[in-house]
Amino acid sequence: MARPPLPIPELVHSYGPHAMRVPAGGWNTIGEPDKLVKTHCCFCGQQCGIQLKVKDNKVVGLEPWEDFPFNQGKLCPKGVKRYMQNEHIDRLTTPLENAGAGAGFRPISWDAALDRTVGEIRRIQQSYGNDAFAILTGASLTNEKAYLMGKFARVAVRTANIDYNGRLCMVSAGAASKKIFGIDRSANPWSDIPKAKVIIVAGSNIAECSPITTEYLWQARENGAKLIVLDPRMTPIARTCDLFIPVRSGGDIGVFNGILHIMVKRGWIARDFIAAHTIGWAEVEKSLEKYTPEYSAKLAGVPAQMIIEAAEMWGPASTSFLMHARGIEHHSKGVQNCMAAINLVLASGRIGREGCGYAMITGQGNGQGAREQGQKCEQLPGMRDIENPEHRKYIAGVWGVPEESIPHKGLSAVPLVEAIHAGKIKGLLLLCFNPMVSLPNQQFIGEALEKLEYFAVIDFFMSETARYADVVLPGSLMEEDEGTTTSVEGRVIHHQKAVDPPPGAREDWRIICDVAKRLGAGEKFSFSSPREIFEELRVASRGGISDYYGISWERIDQEKGVFWPCPSPDHPGTPRLYENGRFAHPDGKAHFQVVEWRPAAEEPDEQYPIVLTTGRVVSQFLSGTQTRRIGALLDQYPEPRCEIHPRLAEKLGIKNDDFVTVESRRGALTVRAMVVKTIRPDTVFVPYHWPSERAANNCTIRAIDPISNIPEFKICAVRVSKAQRPTNAMAALAAEAGGIS
Amino acid sequence: MSDLAFFIDYSRCIGCQSCVQACGECDTHRGRPLIHLEIVQRADSVQTTPQVCMHCEDPICARVCPADAIKQTADGVTQSSLKERCIGCSNCVMACPFGVPRYYADINQMVKCDMCYDRTSTGKKPMCATVCPSQALCFTTLEDIQKKRRGTTISEWTFGDEHVKTKVFVVVPAETNTVHIDQLRRSVSPTSAGAKPRDLYDVAELLEA
Repeated sequence: MARPPLPIPELVHSYGPHAMRVPAGGWNTIGEPDKLVKTHCCFCGQQCGIQLKVKDNKVVGLEPWEDFPFNQGKLCPKGVKRYMQNEHIDRLTTPLENAGAGAGFRPISWDAALDRTVGEIRRIQQSYGNDAFAILTGASLTNEKAYLMGKFARVAVRTANIDYNGRLCMVSAGAASKKIFGIDRSANPWSDIPKAKVIIVAGSNIAECSPITTEYLWQARENGAKLIVLDPRMTPIARTCDLFIPVRSGGDIGVFNGILHIMVKRGWIARDFIAAHTIGWAEVEKSLEKYTPEYSAKLAGVPAQMIIEAAEMWGPASTSFLMHARGIEHHSKGVQNCMAAINLVLASGRIGREGCGYAMITGQGNGQGAREQGQKCEQLPGMRDIENPEHRKYIAGVWGVPEESIPHKGLSAVPLVEAIHAGKIKGLLLLCFNPMVSLPNQQFIGEALEKLEYFAVIDFFMSETARYADVVLPGSLMEEDEGTTTSVEGRVIHHQKAVDPPPGAREDWRIICDVAKRLGAGEKFSFSSPREIFEELRVASRGGISDYYGISWERIDQEKGVFWPCPSPDHPGTPRLYENGRFAHPDGKAHFQVVEWRPAAEEPDEQYPIVLTTGRVVSQFLSGTQTRRIGALLDQYPEPRCEIHPRLAEKLGIKNDDFVTVESRRGALTVRAMVVKTIRPDTVFVPYHWPSERAANNCTIRAIDPISNIPEFKICAVRVSKAQRPTNAMAALAAEAGGIS
Repeated sequence: MSDLAFFIDYSRCIGCQSCVQACGECDTHRGRPLIHLEIVQRADSVQTTPQVCMHCEDPICARVCPADAIKQTADGVTQSSLKERCIGCSNCVMACPFGVPRYYADINQMVKCDMCYDRTSTGKKPMCATVCPSQALCFTTLEDIQKKRRGTTISEWTFGDEHVKTKVFVVVPAETNTVHIDQLRRSVSPTSAGAKPRDLYDVAELLEA
């Protein structure tokens, strides 16, 4: 029975989140550190270089790392304060067992926790079949751990049902890029951005979600570039851009196809490039006929003139760069949105050379690498396809198992949770994922977890999701282990170990290997270090799309990262893809895709007349289980607010700082209003980093894209009304726990 | 400090507060950020402006200090008040035209940005300018700024009859020489006589075009 053993406020009292405002030992006790460890930030996909100050096996501070080429010392506030999660009062240092309603959690030994977990895996699989036990993982795991989890699921647990929280992040972009270009990776290194003469940023609040990219944009503008931004909100990047298009959520295809329609009419199509290097243009050109500026403007919810101006900037430019993020990807047509954006790039012919390119802005720490190593339900290492007989055969050889023993495609994250709800999946092991903040339709997710017969969680903090667990296993922070990640640029980098895990906690990979041994697969999981896992990963990726075979940890350190594909030790790596018009499909060509607009799963209507869109703030990261525990970050933006335009606010009788209830067909949240002119008047925005009654995902819809299976976080229908200040037990909690300050 | 100088470009600022968080990590005043990040008028715009000490050539804070507690280094950096001299009167707080010094009751002392003197005097960059993701705060040579930025740099300010020259430069649109702080006007787009000026930062108005 997986349900919280005590009321939430009591669990918060014992396990947090508590915001820590003073580092271990106080502000003034550092003195000279024992060592400075050159490593990377644990948070977003920018993976900035940073030096951690270590004294007495504790991370006590930071020093910028100016020699790392991507960020050259620059850090966002999360990077500056990341060190504060080490030595945290909420840190889990013993396995815990759920002792049942009213009894709370009690410490148990590692042996007891691992034996019980293995016993439950066996019992559930014997009773209900192998696939009744599922695994959910995350994209903040190193490449080594991501690889290990995929192998663990298929070889040790032998379940088809493994997926990861990158399903909430990069899958729309990845699917679109793969369909058109043949590879799921940003096409260019960031050094190409300042060389572009026009830049489109679509659905990306760069200032808050990937702040280090800001200076690349500003450099481009100093060089004379025009900057076009698509967003329902005037974000800090949009404030000074050359053309801000306040597109309605879900209207992006109107802008993209509208621009392309004008490019056709004005003769700004790279027809020689298209003829030599692509297929499918004729069908796209035909499909564009109806996307006149007027029709497109109607879809996009903006004046037609904006689309014409965008086309006049983008169409005739000599060099250009297009980048997008979750704003266009978190839709039930997320893949279509991305493909429409990529069509714009391809039709201009401005790809695969200096200053000409395309990027998807990876969200999570290892958002790129963790989607390559085989922990997605449809994938094997090296971005191989789990249903491709040749791919299965190669990986079976690397693993030393019969090909037929490798399960086939399993369920992706949202259908997997739905299968738990439906009683088809009975057991779950979860690592690096906090669905009780991050998945849409929170009430449904909680109901699903409560139906599990056995639920084990590996985490370093008691996340909102871990409260439901039968057993919680204390894992490791990024700086307590070693391994590689792959950054937004496709650059494989090295996270150095700074300190040991605290006594009682263990490195995640050790926990997984221990479970595998107890399941009888010990000889396939005899790794004694992350480096040994990397050595196997290299071989497993060999010949795949994301080929790491030529990459070694020594090369990464010497070259400050190596870009894949890197098929041999003497290969320089590949910072820029698709040079000389060579694309990654077997025919060497890029494949244009026809894109037609379609409505969202839930558009506003009479009952729920307002669009809710969700996103992030600069001081918090994802589900907040780490950043809500860091006082300096929490205090910067303590609790979610509902951004609402003064015209809509006036109509609803709402003033700035009033409490408002935002309510959809699935749930509600009550937060303070933030009345601002910087948002469309038909849309409200709430950031999603907080739990329970402050969770934006109470309202969001469990609709997914049919190709990528990404949830539609960016649009659902709500009504908004003025509310009283909440006074219940949840509201009385501290802001970091979902209370009201 | 060689020929390196401090530059602020307000137009680049994205309000992320990295500068504030990093300032709070400086060894000499750890836990107490001294840079100020102003949120200009959030209801109207996301504009934010970082404010470090401008390090006036003839610092007004020092001139008005009755205890002679505020000293300037030989290379022109105005430092925090001397602990043994500061009487906590807050004259400096009120006199500074840039709003930089603050009085902290818990230590009964005015402390302020000293351009990370502990770092810059050993060849490092100030903490805020090192981490600033937008490089709205930048520590480099004047030559580098002139090469890489479109705007021009100014370091002279007029407050009514008061003329101030600062060590810190501000990057402004080309053709600007001096900024008259007392004459700042709200920037509005040209409009026909009598009509309400268009608010370029109101998304609802943009959609009505």
